[in-house]
Amino acid sequence: MNYVITKNNKTLSFVLMGVGILSIVYGFATDSLRAWGSLLMSNFYVMAIALAGVFFLAVQYVAEVGWSVQIKRVLMAMGTYLPYAGGFLILIFAVGHHDLYFWTHHEYYDKASPEYDRLLDGKHAFLNMPFYIARLVLYAGIWSYFALMLRKESLKEDIVGGVINYKKSVKLSAIFLVLFAVSSSTSAWDILMSIDAHWFSTLFGWYIFAGMFVSGLTVIAMLVIYLKRSGYLPNVNDSHIHDLGKFMFAFSIFWTYLWFSQFMLIWYANLPEEVAYYAFRQDHFKAIFVLNFLINFFCPFLILMTRDSKRIKGLILFIGSIMLIGHWLDVYLIVMPGVVGEHAKIGITEIGTTCFFAGLFLYVFFNSLSKAPLVPKNHPMLGESLHHQI
Amino acid sequence: MSKQIFAIFNDEDVLMKSIKPLRGTGVNIKNVFSPFPIHGLDTELGLARTRISICSFIYGLTGLSLAILMTWYMMISDWPMDIGGKPNFSYYKNIPAFVPVLFESTVLCAAHGMVITFYLRSKLLPGVTAFVPDVRMTDDRFVMQVELEDAATEAEVTAVLMKHGAEEVKEYGK
Repeated sequence: MNYVITKNNKTLSFVLMGVGILSIVYGFATDSLRAWGSLLMSNFYVMAIALAGVFFLAVQYVAEVGWSVQIKRVLMAMGTYLPYAGGFLILIFAVGHHDLYFWTHHEYYDKASPEYDRLLDGKHAFLNMPFYIARLVLYAGIWSYFALMLRKESLKEDIVGGVINYKKSVKLSAIFLVLFAVSSSTSAWDILMSIDAHWFSTLFGWYIFAGMFVSGLTVIAMLVIYLKRSGYLPNVNDSHIHDLGKFMFAFSIFWTYLWFSQFMLIWYANLPEEVAYYAFRQDHFKAIFVLNFLINFFCPFLILMTRDSKRIKGLILFIGSIMLIGHWLDVYLIVMPGVVGEHAKIGITEIGTTCFFAGLFLYVFFNSLSKAPLVPKNHPMLGESLHHQI
Repeated sequence: MSKQIFAIFNDEDVLMKSIKPLRGTGVNIKNVFSPFPIHGLDTELGLARTRISICSFIYGLTGLSLAILMTWYMMISDWPMDIGGKPNFSYYKNIPAFVPVLFESTVLCAAHGMVITFYLRSKLLPGVTAFVPDVRMTDDRFVMQVELEDAATEAEVTAVLMKHGAEEVKEYGK
């Protein structure tokens, strides 16, 4: 059975994209710095969700998981957004790098200039234009390639049958996971940490990965529930939803763990070069700083704690929406204070720009979801998923 | 206490399939012992959900409260110390430093509390003889504990159990 795109899906994604384009235009007309920051953070936020889908898919293959077979096509459809996200990533940097990243300014590397910056010069071997652009292209290329290849193998499996394509997918996933382990960290340094180019944190890559994975899992759970409610995926039962809820719960705590580990060490050691990042955010964005921690930890922790709550679809949708807002604030707090400074606000520009990327994501997602059967036909572990019970 | 008899099964599939018809004929199944977890057995037996998670939550809260009290008393009230230029005169300003202690204490109390509760509930204490109807239940046999309404029906129930795949039916420890 294939997914059939409804009129509402199309209207929703086009309205979101339309609102987004208007907001981007409005942003550039009023305050271009905010518009660039919004573009960077929104693209990263939505890209992270798609990337988490592919990561989750690869984990399912490598761990030879049975229960998730029915939702694998959802993960694959999420992955097809990555080429677009990668394109935007490179485009936004290529055009907006001067506004977004101060390390791209030439005067910091000129010893004769009064602006000469010894710290940035020391990082020049890593943070320079050709190498940086090469890395961005590499990330976009690797992620998109594996996302599309895994989908291709699975679609071939539908026709050919047997386990050849499955074994190939396991191999592809294993290679992807190794590359992702490195690229998730380095891409976090490149895309987000280099906004505050003087600052550094060794935990940053993991912290970004945790945020990425938990927002991705939330979107997976919400999309599966949406499909289930629209009458698709008839064999997805409460146990599948329960498992997805467990993932959301566990990785919210994992995110908190990394968020706190990074924060506490810097807070305790109190070294000026490290503390600058948090001091600036606490001085000017205290409310968002506290809110970020509260809604990303306490809401999922207390609400998703019991077994019953993970099996109520409406509750997962509700807490999922809160968590998505929470992790949007998290990305906001990483990007905007660095790009815009103390005058960063949350307004039409920021929310609208995210709407654009969310609309595009939904459009690409539903489009590729409708092009293949919703459940893999010849997956060797399909039976286990159909009768999943915990 | 009414009389208990124990039916021994050789195969978990046979055991699983026998539960429904046995209950249909009025056999009162109290428990099943197995060398390994059998998927779907608790729902088939209609066992009530475990309440150990509620205990765990309460133990966790206890641990958290104790740790808050301990860190507050030691570090703020009794003997404030200047560590790393952070004078300990107020609790909330220093709370990040205490979070690891609060976390560990919560986990410690929740985990140990759960284990102790489980042992108490299953009557497994040092010096107590464990309830083992048949030693083979720790190796390769599955044991079904059946409670008899009255002793007169023993032969009848035994016959029904044997009919549904039981290898043998015996009394405790014999």
